[in-house]
Amino acid sequence: MHLYNLTLQEPTVAQQAIVGNFSGARQQEIIISHGSQLELLRPDPQTGKVTTVVQSNAFGTIRSLAAFRLTGGTKDYAIVGSDSGRIVILDYEPKAGVFVKLHQETYGKSGARRIVPGQYLATDPKGRAAMVGAMEKSKLVYILNRDAAANLTISSPLDAHKNSAIIHHMVGVDVGFENPMFAALEVDYAEADQDHTGEAFRNTEKLLTFYELDLGLNHVVRKWSEPTDPRANLLLQVPGGQLASSDRYDGPSGVLVCCENHIIYRHMDAPQHRIPIPRRNGPLEDPHRGVIITAAVMHKMKGAFFFLVQTEDGDLFKVTIDHEDETVVSVRIKYFDTVPVASSLCILKSGFLFVASEFGNHYLYQFQKLGDDDDEPEFISTNYPGNGMANPAGQLPQAFFRPRSLDNLALSDEIMSLDPIIDAKVMSKLPNSDTPQIFAACGRGGRSSLRTLQHGLEVEESVSSDLPGIPNAVWTIKKSESEEHDSYIILSFVNVTLVLSIGETIEEVQDTGFLSSAPTIAVQQVGTDALLQVHPGGIRHVLKDGKVTEWKSPAGMTIVSATTNKRQVVVALSSAELVYFELDLEGQLNEYQDRKAMGSTVLALSVAEVPEGRQRTPFLAVGCEDQTVRIISLDPDTTLETISLQALTSPPSSICIADMLDASINKTQSTMFVNIGLQNGVLLRTVLDPTNGQLTDTRTRFLGTRPIKLMRVMVQKNPAILALSSRSWLNYTHHNLMHFTPLIFDALDYAWGFSAALSPEGLIGITGSTLRIFQIPKLGQKLKSTSLPLSYTPRKMITHPTNEFFYIIEGDHRVVGDAEVQRRVQELRKLGKPVDEEVVNLPPDLFGRPRGPAGSWGSCIRVVDPVEGKTLSVLHLDKDECAFSIAVVPFSARNNELHLVVGTAVGATVNPKSCPAAFLNTYRFVNDGASVELMHKTELDDIPLALLAFQGRLVAGVGKALRIYDIGKKKLLRKCENKNFGSSIVTLETQGSRILVGDMQESMVFVAYKPPENRLLIFADDTQPRWISAAAMVDYNTVACGDRFGNVFVNRLDARVSEQVDEDPTGAGVLHEKPLFMGAPHKTKLLCHFHVGDIVTSLTKVAMVAGGREILLYTGLHGSIGILVPFVSKEDVDFLTTLEQHMRGETDLSLVGRDQLSWRGYYVPVKSVVDGDLCEMFATLPTQKQGAIASELDRTVGEVLKKLESMRATTSGF
Amino acid sequence: MSSELRYTANTQQENLFARYTGTGHADITKHEWLVHQQRDTLASIAGHAPLLSFLAIADGEAIGRAKFEVTEKMLQPCGPPPLKDED
Repeated sequence: MHLYNLTLQEPTVAQQAIVGNFSGARQQEIIISHGSQLELLRPDPQTGKVTTVVQSNAFGTIRSLAAFRLTGGTKDYAIVGSDSGRIVILDYEPKAGVFVKLHQETYGKSGARRIVPGQYLATDPKGRAAMVGAMEKSKLVYILNRDAAANLTISSPLDAHKNSAIIHHMVGVDVGFENPMFAALEVDYAEADQDHTGEAFRNTEKLLTFYELDLGLNHVVRKWSEPTDPRANLLLQVPGGQLASSDRYDGPSGVLVCCENHIIYRHMDAPQHRIPIPRRNGPLEDPHRGVIITAAVMHKMKGAFFFLVQTEDGDLFKVTIDHEDETVVSVRIKYFDTVPVASSLCILKSGFLFVASEFGNHYLYQFQKLGDDDDEPEFISTNYPGNGMANPAGQLPQAFFRPRSLDNLALSDEIMSLDPIIDAKVMSKLPNSDTPQIFAACGRGGRSSLRTLQHGLEVEESVSSDLPGIPNAVWTIKKSESEEHDSYIILSFVNVTLVLSIGETIEEVQDTGFLSSAPTIAVQQVGTDALLQVHPGGIRHVLKDGKVTEWKSPAGMTIVSATTNKRQVVVALSSAELVYFELDLEGQLNEYQDRKAMGSTVLALSVAEVPEGRQRTPFLAVGCEDQTVRIISLDPDTTLETISLQALTSPPSSICIADMLDASINKTQSTMFVNIGLQNGVLLRTVLDPTNGQLTDTRTRFLGTRPIKLMRVMVQKNPAILALSSRSWLNYTHHNLMHFTPLIFDALDYAWGFSAALSPEGLIGITGSTLRIFQIPKLGQKLKSTSLPLSYTPRKMITHPTNEFFYIIEGDHRVVGDAEVQRRVQELRKLGKPVDEEVVNLPPDLFGRPRGPAGSWGSCIRVVDPVEGKTLSVLHLDKDECAFSIAVVPFSARNNELHLVVGTAVGATVNPKSCPAAFLNTYRFVNDGASVELMHKTELDDIPLALLAFQGRLVAGVGKALRIYDIGKKKLLRKCENKNFGSSIVTLETQGSRILVGDMQESMVFVAYKPPENRLLIFADDTQPRWISAAAMVDYNTVACGDRFGNVFVNRLDARVSEQVDEDPTGAGVLHEKPLFMGAPHKTKLLCHFHVGDIVTSLTKVAMVAGGREILLYTGLHGSIGILVPFVSKEDVDFLTTLEQHMRGETDLSLVGRDQLSWRGYYVPVKSVVDGDLCEMFATLPTQKQGAIASELDRTVGEVLKKLESMRATTSGF
Repeated sequence: MSSELRYTANTQQENLFARYTGTGHADITKHEWLVHQQRDTLASIAGHAPLLSFLAIADGEAIGRAKFEVTEKMLQPCGPPPLKDED
């Protein structure tokens, strides 16, 4: 088996975000690290919306990011710390729209290791040096400078290692133009490691250490090291330094040390200031719970600065420092607002706050005010004895604030993020859809959602109005070339034409000079200010003054087809003749003296737009009934001579020639594409060679069941093609590459571009007798998502065999469940204690739920109708009971009546893994499955993490045991058990009497159930221990799995062993076989192995396109979606493997300098999987390299691209 | 004197052990080996963001908190070292 891996949706997590002027323009941009991808976003200060500028694959793990700017420079660079063992400096090249690696310096081994730097990055605020650190010991300092030609230079590394020191955080200290300094939070474990009494461990101090880079001596020294709070976790840079021009200090310099419950100001030999981190004063808050700062940002304005720090609950606080020159007077903190918990916060100079959420969607907020004049309580260090440091080991009195909805910030934009996808189902549920949708259970806590993902572009409809009849076609035209927007809408009916004028309102007009008593075939604005209408009886040329010149079709003949552009008109007569007209310089339409007989009825015609500065386009494409397309010359020397011919498989229904940019074919100029739509719903796209008129590089795509109609439209000022069949598709250029994406909209009968003041970039279409005006808001988007909110983190979801509903189990650890909140509030009320209703009723999706200690859980079972997109019922579980597994079981003992079984645990803790009580809850379906009703609970000894219906009974993975249960009156009855599993059973799959058990740490185990002996027999397992996270049975002997470390692999059992086990009626043979390598008697064989870089949370075997082959679709925790396509021919395997090999030779493809082969073989060498993401980078290579690789493969560049596209399109439809 | 140092009597090897923290040797004790394993694992969890997210989701904590606790645990992941018998 050979697989081809393709990412359909890149990870959407934001691990880190940095802000800077990366393109060197005045505007600030944001770079987000998506784990293995880097994305540049540009927020528009006017509209407050964020657009993606570029996204690049790193083929490695990005662990840290920092922006820096050389002194006096105007452009920011990004430094990337990764698992490549290299420091990389990236420059965004705005002209080419790519990240360029300026420097790539190797310092260590690859991989995210303990002592190899890359985890932490700190830069000097003046851009003179950068420090890159590891989790332990290693710190390297690079000096950054510019050479005589103003190029950025980087020095060899200087080390600032400290043995046996665990590093918590590091940051650059702002010292102005004195020697650069870095601060690090370190813990030394050397003594604790030696002391068996544990005394040294208890006395271990956390040290705040300042490292100074002496630029004169080219040496790093440990300048100062002092113990600080033992629960410190984060450092923040405080502005400092003196401007050369004035005596004023920017700030006091030093750092803020964020600790559990406190923030301390520290600087070398300066007095400390300590303030408490205020906590929520909700009635259910635990006052003893520690609070830490998890994200923070410092912002400098003219002459002032402030910090926004965010706690792990999402509350933002504003921290300010009062100072006199270099002396700190006081440190103040006050509540600012509450936003989702961020992995990074970025403040933009234009007054925006970008919140890169750690889970869920990312947000852009606009500052309304800075919280200066409100009555929020402020906590000041000087109000505490000794500036809060009188007793550094003790706690300050607790400070409280009252959470409230947004006051200082206003939401401006939202970026969709699927992170984390915890479970997903791929199936076709929605009506009128011929491809399956992905239903992903996403999110964390109160911000969880069930997302329906459909491949396609989202469409926003602005107008929908009914028409008196059913029109055949619709066009829009401008009155003259100079008009900004369209002036008329022309609707063609069976025997009339209706002209509407676009103004304040849209109304019918009669005086346009158009013939209204006949249908229309084509309309065009010609020359500078004339209009043209083609109808079956002739051509009307309406001049500016309203004068009409008319060309009548010869007697007995009608016009059947026409194509026009600004200067040329070609019509086809019913006699299969072509008549060609061209506009002369006076604006007269002249007929060419000869007509061209085609010999077969003409079905479709197309000419391209007149190229800028030219008189005409030299090619005409004619599609005839004899299943051919001919390219005919319109050149004055060879007018109407046939140049080339292409045979088709079906008669054409529509042709469209368009000049579009596709950087994979031509980087600089647009390419002329001839799109041919066939009556059988297939679209052919060929490239027209402008020199000889030959058609090359044909690509085919099946669009739908109806004959295709093609239209040229403008989308975001670029030419695009609308292709209408049973689905509507848009072919457009985005980020210089061609995309072909369906529109998620009703099927259209006809469509055209539409531009009006209110909708400058719209489209107009007809479905039946309805006229619709719509826009496509987000180009480049591949998946449209609709979201249904959930209460808690989704754990698993399941479908029902007979109804359409999903059953989702949700649960959150360390929160107080909704029912328990109500109970406690009631209790408080009974005791007569005041309860702040507003705080209690804060929405959990923004503020989270009240936190509880480990072992407290909130959980529910939800029934969802995915078609309507609504929740049908929610069943809350008891206090601290959480659901972990779910199955729909037809119990044969109850006449195959379906039951819902949910595995739960009460008061479970994750670390150490334990639970006081666990249950199997059996529910009955009521109201046709719209809700469930508890029948009984069965007590268990361990957490049931996997359940499955098996031969009319239930098979459950309960801790290390696999058990079969049958239904009883008062509880489920245990029928059979096997306890010989490694650690804990997490997945179950079945076919026939075989059960595939996925163990949390010990990979896949094959189990056979032997009814005569009532025995569960382990007969085969894996040769390697794997931490299974998801599994799917590919066939009876083969299983595809994902593991905890981001790998996917396929295991297969030998067919002989399989037969032997199946033929053994009692299993006695297997039972007495000798164990192999201390495991089962047989081993599965590893067929494929691949590292995707994201933890696979679900695997589904599904056909993504109608009539296409089955593939494996996987979802990743960080929001990635990808497919594994089995190859069907040896030839394809050879071809793509060789291409991949050549692509690996292009060492510059990885942004972080990671070797692709070692990244894809992170834990186990890649086996039999071709990296499609790497292969597709072929399209972005420079032309010479493309040519060189293609010739090595004995193909043309076009053939390589075609193969890559067909791999993608025919298997995923993307 | 730890067994690690005793083994690395010659300076070149001592130097190597100092440089590559976490390297094992023939005389390593069970506790030392475990501590190395745990620290490597914890550092790896902090360095691989998907693993850290996985941990944070399972335990109901913010990622920042999960990272902090993982780093804190590196100090003494397996409890105090056993009493050494002086031979």
